[in-house]
Amino acid sequence: MNETTDGEAAIRVTVYRRRAGDTDPHYDDFDVPYRPGMTVLDILMSIRSHQDAELTFRHSCLHASCGTCGMRVNRRERLACVTPAGAPGDQVLIEPLAGAEVRSDLVVDMRPFYESLDAVGRPLLRGDEHNHDGHRLEDCIECSLCTSACPVTATDGRYAGPAVLAATERVLREPRGHDAAAVLERADREQGAWRCHLALECSQVCPAGVDPAGAIMRLRRDLLRRHLALHVHRARNGRRS
Amino acid sequence: MRQRVVVIGGGGTGAALAHDLTLRGLAVTVLERGELTSGTTGRHHGLLHSGGRYAMTDRQSAVECVQENRILRRIAPGSFENGGGLFVAVTDDDADQRDEFVDACAESGIPTRLLSRSAALDAEPGLSPDVRLAVQVPDATMDAMRLPLRFFATAQRGGAVLRPFTEAVTFVSNGRSITAVVARDHMAGRNVAVPADLVINAAGPWSGRVAAMAGAEVPIRPSPGVLVAVTGRWCTHVVNRLHKPGDGDIVLPQRGLSVVGTSSWTVDDPDEVRVSSEHVRAILREGMRLVPAVGAASMRAAWAAVRPLIGATGSDASGRTLSRTFRCFDHAADGGADNLITITGGKATTLRSMAEATADIACAKLGVTTPCRTRDAVLLPHTAYYTSAEVGA
Repeated sequence: MNETTDGEAAIRVTVYRRRAGDTDPHYDDFDVPYRPGMTVLDILMSIRSHQDAELTFRHSCLHASCGTCGMRVNRRERLACVTPAGAPGDQVLIEPLAGAEVRSDLVVDMRPFYESLDAVGRPLLRGDEHNHDGHRLEDCIECSLCTSACPVTATDGRYAGPAVLAATERVLREPRGHDAAAVLERADREQGAWRCHLALECSQVCPAGVDPAGAIMRLRRDLLRRHLALHVHRARNGRRS
Repeated sequence: MRQRVVVIGGGGTGAALAHDLTLRGLAVTVLERGELTSGTTGRHHGLLHSGGRYAMTDRQSAVECVQENRILRRIAPGSFENGGGLFVAVTDDDADQRDEFVDACAESGIPTRLLSRSAALDAEPGLSPDVRLAVQVPDATMDAMRLPLRFFATAQRGGAVLRPFTEAVTFVSNGRSITAVVARDHMAGRNVAVPADLVINAAGPWSGRVAAMAGAEVPIRPSPGVLVAVTGRWCTHVVNRLHKPGDGDIVLPQRGLSVVGTSSWTVDDPDEVRVSSEHVRAILREGMRLVPAVGAASMRAAWAAVRPLIGATGSDASGRTLSRTFRCFDHAADGGADNLITITGGKATTLRSMAEATADIACAKLGVTTPCRTRDAVLLPHTAYYTSAEVGA
């Protein structure tokens, strides 16, 4: 079992490190005093407060609502704030999300992700089935765990990716002033809904129950219907002429 | 050359200050030791106060809340869940406070609508069958991070420089005047000196530490509260208990979660706050009295947020009687530094008015006469914070 130098029960943590401007990353080990119920984010805050004030990581709400503390914990996409740290003696590997440029340590550049979401333009608020006058926040918390976990985005940066396609599907279901046809048009491309390989990793890691894979399948259904309808229309017109 | 203001603290107050001062033509830099909104701001329950919560005990805060509630809805359209709020009586003692509460709301300018037991249950089926009556108020909910990001995004588009992961460490002074803030850029691992004509300390519960860098003191009482999120959206209104503010007396919906809050105590060090299982149990036990389903739902998270309340050390140990209003301290008057202001206290709903009051003082000190424009300037969407950033600057 790991112990701190004071003999307390500890969790051994290995953290990806890279300063802004460094070309190569390295990994640092820390023994973090164990407390019952602690989360991976608690571990990182403990390191920052007591061992290394230079450790950089993103966080805000601490309850899986803001989406800022996405990272890979033991090689799996997680929100650090709701991921149990484990038990004394456990080893935890903490790395930044994949598929995004690392700015420093666990902080990745979210700009490309938000630029692609902005292109879809999904509003932050949605209708509520219980309260038709009011609106509620969309389920997606823009954490980009799905984009990190997707094996297609990992190999091809041109793919729209699960978050953007899930946002596209939300605009189709509830346009809220948007041009749904134009949004669907963008999804009907090789790098759009058709590029998904059905690995379903996106829906597995989504911390907000959005089910991007399901959304992509519904997009394909809509697109297929549209193509079939167009085909039938053309065939009928052809017979008449 | 434009005069330079350095704001220390990238929470809601810093966000609104950056926006206000940028609109008044000043060159603003915000220094934040971690990610923006990672201190207190991002952790709050997301309530856009109607003011009802403070109507009976803290009239000034109640009036501030209802005024700012209206302004924020105007300048940040698309940010609020408009489910409304209910103040619910679940005991006879609660019900006895009905008239006092309704009168206090009327005197504060907060519109109310009285609901009978059956009308309350129709409006909010998630309520406890113990409900006696309810009073409806214009509470709403927000995303605790994304509303401040709209202020940051708009300020950034106007030229403000936002520096997350950059921690203020010392002041460079000339006599009694600060000339620069030395800060540690944790991303690059080096110190930077940011020149300043004026410095505003907006570090919330950490503002005592920042003021101490100039030898000044602020009477700040870091006052944590525990919040609990459970899976499932068990009410569509913000459900408050109709009584004087206490533990576990608010349940609100947030995306697919319900958030129950909160407790209140005071600490010396805002970085060392533990969430005790007793607080979690007590909050859920009380929350169940309002919305029973939260007691059976699975827990998603339990966390603490530290309020920056104003009060002398040794005053009220629970923090409950400390006012939720805000105060500005001009440290020219207390022997700190001639060009340092601290803004503290307040709450998320009043971020804009806190910034206005502080920016008025800052501008008076700098000789800037441009009036505040934040009551009417509509904010950019939160996504613009990311898409308009100069990454790697």
